[in-house]
Amino acid sequence: MNRYRLEIRVKPRSGILDPEGKAIHHALQSLGWKGVLDARVGKAIDLDMEADSPEEAVKIADEMCRRLLANPVTEDYEIGTPETMEGAS
Amino acid sequence: MKVAVITFPGSNCDYDLYKAVQRVGGRPEFVWHRERNLTDMDVVMLPGGFSYGDYLRAGAIARMSPVMEDVIAFAGGGGPVLGICNGFQILCEAGLLPGALVRNDTLRFESRDVRVRVERKDTLFTSEYERGQVLRMPIAHGEGNYVADSETLRALEGEGRIVFRYVDADGAPTPEANPNGSAHNIAGLMNDGGNVVGMMPHPERATEAILGSTDGLGLFTSLAKHLSPSAASG
Repeated sequence: MNRYRLEIRVKPRSGILDPEGKAIHHALQSLGWKGVLDARVGKAIDLDMEADSPEEAVKIADEMCRRLLANPVTEDYEIGTPETMEGAS
Repeated sequence: MKVAVITFPGSNCDYDLYKAVQRVGGRPEFVWHRERNLTDMDVVMLPGGFSYGDYLRAGAIARMSPVMEDVIAFAGGGGPVLGICNGFQILCEAGLLPGALVRNDTLRFESRDVRVRVERKDTLFTSEYERGQVLRMPIAHGEGNYVADSETLRALEGEGRIVFRYVDADGAPTPEANPNGSAHNIAGLMNDGGNVVGMMPHPERATEAILGSTDGLGLFTSLAKHLSPSAASG
């Protein structure tokens, strides 16, 4: 078993209203950043996990996203490249 | 009518539901989310609140509670299940109802009375109302904005599975009457079997005149009439 750290990013699906992103977009514009065209807010989940290989770590994370971390009705997710951590056993 | 009121850490309408069930002659029983016993129950109700602090997504963690496997089995066997507010969010997360509830388009927590129109009379939950009847009951939520893909919305409309819709005083489902941005002004809907209903407004908080409205009572009398006819008529 190796230890990996990976980042999962969960974002509102395109087409789903993202009022929080919209509010931030407006706030940035009112601060003078007129060039901001859109802002979307999601969440990042950092996971430290054990797996046999980076591929397996991604496979497990993908199942976690489908079962719990993202709602397929409203959210998309991306799984980052696993980073090997010290302390592999 | 024996009613399981499922309680999660963070439920806060469980006692209101308990009282509402008692009011119509039903026998409520609290069932803690770790318990696994729904045998003998006639109805299962999931109360409002903020289970697990709404962490991750409203209802997402509660959906993983041990009792939810039994709720899914109970619903699968045709048992009536009612989810109110957070209970509705949990039912969507559990896949017992389609779609999802996201942040209100107002960006605010909406806590006030709204009007909803009864869209169906021929359900276990609404038989004591009239179709088109406008009810007043409170909402109190930050994530009540119902979303679903267009195919799902078409099916819900086509199959008449929308049970309650946000409306104005004249009973019209206008954008102004929609407190949270819900698609098609949906305030409550049911599964294709008609035995699982989820709704954002709180009928249990509109069951006594002292609370400002008794319009929510019909939901409980409807259930009682179907499930314990002698108690309801007494």
